[in-house]
Amino acid sequence: MREKSESIFYNVDWFIVVIYLLLIGMGWMNIYSAVYDPATSDVFDVSRLESKQMIFIGISIVLAFSIIIMDASFFTATAFFLYGGIVLLNIAVRFLGTDIRGSHSWFKVGSLSMQPAEFAKWATGLALAKYLSGVSKADVVNKLFIALGIIAVPVFVIVFIQNETGCALVFAAFIFVLYREGIIPGYILLAGIFAAVGAVIGIKYPGTVVFLAHNVEGKLIEPTKITSIEYNGRAIALWVGFLTIAGILRLLVVRRTFKQFFFTGVVISIFTGIFLIAPVVVEKLPDHMKGRIKCWLGLPVSRAIHDKYAYNTDQSMIAIGSGGWTGKGYLQGTQTKFRFVPEQETDFIFCTVGEEWGFAGTGFLIILYLVLIMRLIIMSERQRSDFTRIYGYAVAAIFFIHLVVNIGMTVGLLPVIGIPLPFFSYGGSSLISFTILLFIFVKLDSHRLLVLR
Amino acid sequence: MNPNAKRSILLAFAGLVVLLYGFRLFYIQVVDDKYKLDARNQAFLYVTDYPPRGTIYDRNGKKLVHNQVAYDLMVVPRQMKGCDTANLCAILNITREEFNARLIKFSGSLSESAKDYRTYIFESQMLPELNARILERLYKFKGFYVQTRTVRKYTYPIAAHLLGYVGEVNQSLVDTSSYYRPGDYIGKSGIEKSYEEALRGIKGVQIKMRDVHNNIKGSFKNGAYDTASIKGQDLICTLDADLQLLGEKLMVNKRGGIAAIDPSTGEILALVTSPTYDPNILVGRDFSKNYQLLSEDTLGLPLINRASQSFYPPGSTFKLMDALIAQQEGVLDENTQYPCHSGFPLNHGMPGCHAHASPLAMDYAIAQSCNSYFSYVFKSIIDNKKYHGDTQAGFEAWRKYILSFGVGVRVGTDLPFDAKGSLPTQAHYDKVFGKHWHTMNVISLGIGQAELSLTPLQMCNVVCSIANRGYFYAPHVIRKIGNANPLEKWSLRHYTLVTNKQAYENVISGMANVMKEGTARASAIRGIDMCGKTGTAQNPHGDNHSVFVCFAPRINPKICVAVLVENGGQGAWWSAPIASLMVEQYLTGKVSGDDRNAIKKRMEEGNLIDIDPTIKKTNPAYW
Repeated sequence: MREKSESIFYNVDWFIVVIYLLLIGMGWMNIYSAVYDPATSDVFDVSRLESKQMIFIGISIVLAFSIIIMDASFFTATAFFLYGGIVLLNIAVRFLGTDIRGSHSWFKVGSLSMQPAEFAKWATGLALAKYLSGVSKADVVNKLFIALGIIAVPVFVIVFIQNETGCALVFAAFIFVLYREGIIPGYILLAGIFAAVGAVIGIKYPGTVVFLAHNVEGKLIEPTKITSIEYNGRAIALWVGFLTIAGILRLLVVRRTFKQFFFTGVVISIFTGIFLIAPVVVEKLPDHMKGRIKCWLGLPVSRAIHDKYAYNTDQSMIAIGSGGWTGKGYLQGTQTKFRFVPEQETDFIFCTVGEEWGFAGTGFLIILYLVLIMRLIIMSERQRSDFTRIYGYAVAAIFFIHLVVNIGMTVGLLPVIGIPLPFFSYGGSSLISFTILLFIFVKLDSHRLLVLR
Repeated sequence: MNPNAKRSILLAFAGLVVLLYGFRLFYIQVVDDKYKLDARNQAFLYVTDYPPRGTIYDRNGKKLVHNQVAYDLMVVPRQMKGCDTANLCAILNITREEFNARLIKFSGSLSESAKDYRTYIFESQMLPELNARILERLYKFKGFYVQTRTVRKYTYPIAAHLLGYVGEVNQSLVDTSSYYRPGDYIGKSGIEKSYEEALRGIKGVQIKMRDVHNNIKGSFKNGAYDTASIKGQDLICTLDADLQLLGEKLMVNKRGGIAAIDPSTGEILALVTSPTYDPNILVGRDFSKNYQLLSEDTLGLPLINRASQSFYPPGSTFKLMDALIAQQEGVLDENTQYPCHSGFPLNHGMPGCHAHASPLAMDYAIAQSCNSYFSYVFKSIIDNKKYHGDTQAGFEAWRKYILSFGVGVRVGTDLPFDAKGSLPTQAHYDKVFGKHWHTMNVISLGIGQAELSLTPLQMCNVVCSIANRGYFYAPHVIRKIGNANPLEKWSLRHYTLVTNKQAYENVISGMANVMKEGTARASAIRGIDMCGKTGTAQNPHGDNHSVFVCFAPRINPKICVAVLVENGGQGAWWSAPIASLMVEQYLTGKVSGDDRNAIKKRMEEGNLIDIDPTIKKTNPAYW
């Protein structure tokens, strides 16, 4: 078999490479359109965003090529070193980097800036793969804690040292990996989803919760008073009540083991607990998060808060919604061209797609991403190497969470969380980082027939 | 759970989420039109290209109404974020409260206005000077822009009521019309209203694109969807500006009206009402203020067109119709004589009369305006033997004749409002006197009193029928719209029921004698064969109204005039001189001779308006 591998591209999954090239090509076109100004469109100038992005694309392709020709064992051998180095880099940025809009996450060199947090994604993926593929399958609890630790370190650094909560959210993607590897059971995942839904309903309709926890006089508690001790006492009492009733029913009606009762109880209690506690938590969040969440859920906010936090989503939905079936045509988007949408070349690049290409364009794009993610999952499952499989799932999960959060934000399904759309959003750090993330896996995958570990 | 199942679950989960997003995208992009509308409102500025209204010319080609440039300050409340409100208030000389009140009026509330993408006129019809000060700082006034409009300009300060005025269209019309949008102008009265559709032209629209900072970024698709406005059609009016001007001068400080019509066409040559106002004051920013001033003048009622909307008893001028009808009915000829003993002998001397020869014939009776004579004539009409003593049948026959002269009905002008006047019905008298009323109950109708009343325009129209010997054309003020031919309905002859040509000649002969030796001899014009009739309309509220009707020349008449001066006393005192000056002006182009100019001066300077109209100073008289 080795004889056939004379070509360095032997066994490279061309399908995924084509999707990659398609995405960066389309991405560049849309960045060009997003920054397009009819007055100066025909001048090539390296300071212009589309020119810079073209340079980033060049660098990315060179990097991708370099990764393909590298020795695949480099990544397995150095996974922890890369992880440790990049975590240190992320700490160093606090002291050596430049403040941009209150976050301390950028290195600036000349006119180029680099965000090390982006690199932490694949580094964490590598470290996680390295750790999980190296330990025995027996000790689930230990594995869980160490794996969570590997994930938590960069999250902690990014949230508390760099103040980039949105970026850190991406690390939740690794939950899917842990699920696939049998470290987190399915019902925890399910409970997580329930918890999220519960939180949303709880925040959106605090009145209903208060109603459930109504006081003895039968009067509703004002929604503004949901932080009160009285309310919280009632909420906790209600929670315990739920828990007990659910547990007793579970025991009596369907006879199961204690363990099952315990886990069912956990699921239900997490759901109801978050349902009750979420509105209280939201009130305690920093103003910008509170504002975004309230605007997203359409809760009554002051005019100033609405202008500040709902404006992006309003404009983004107007741009996308005005696209219709086939869009307004390339470079014809009025909302895009006239800069109604803020951050339209970075986090809100999807607006340009929606406005100028319409539902045909957005539909095509999300399907293309879905194909990418599904392909990554299928590729992961064909690995003999645990390391490659785990890393492959990490890659798929990271793309998935970026897709969901970014597009969800632009269509108003999720609150505004500033993370890029892979290969589409303008920015060297994210493009290069996603390229590295993807091509490490492409490289590892190309060795799937050679490597057994 | 085996890894295969987990893979499937993860694949399905990814697929489901993407499917959910697909639905969401489909909904906002394809199903829901809200976003398309919002995008259009944000990025497109629909600039209406308002057409100039048509110009109005008088019969001699003099420009009566044309256009001048004015500026509207427009606002899009949603885009006001960052506007230098204090500065704008200072320039417009309004308070912050007034500023906010306007926004609230537009959008309902200040918080609503912050989301309101619609465009409103914040300040209308600014003059160039104010506009220049706004434009200087427009970049500071986020959400505001200026739009050029045309407003009316009147060459002469005349014919305000006839020409009418233009104002902003009201909301109820906007709601029901497919043409008008808030802020559009519309003719509110007079010709501007009657001929609105011809005058308004066709609006154009320019679709401009604007960016988030409200900067205009050029035309949408290079103007492919823009349309140009088309100027309204010009109107040729039948007025004679000089005649109208003279009429208004003569009526200064008097209440009343003048109607002058060319009987050979029905064209209104002048339609004067007094008190009047300069039409230029109802243009521009001061419209509301001035309009309120005018509408608050309850004594002068300057907004009423007395020539076409107010009706008065015709007084003795009505005797002409009695004479015509009686001759048609065969109960009177030029030789018929009746006695007069300073009053009507058959009704205890009522109505009374002045001293003159008796008995007398028709010609002299018209010249002297004998009340007794025409009471006899009126009695002979309704007590006609052919109705066998049925007074009511006689009355109905008389009434039909009157109606055929355009009295008691609208004469069918192109003015937006012309009153019907009042012609009592049999039913009315049945109610007042019971079923069996008799001639003497209604005898004062014969001398143009009682419930009978006509607008000056109707009085003039009656004279047209006499001048034409039996027909009239509907009086009208517009001869031509744009390049179109004159309207056919204006060339339609309306025949009266008096078809006996000799009857007209007999009456006209009497009217000629009015000028030669009768009640209006002082108003005769040298070299012009004028026929007239004085009237003194009894006014229950105060001094009698002075009435005069006339036409000239006697052969091929060119002008008919009816003048009514409220509280002017006898017809010969005010109305006859005014009418004769109008005739002279129209037929000769000027007022010539010292004696005539002296009359003109006396008329112009005469002041009846400061007299309390409710105090009677003169005795009732009927000639």
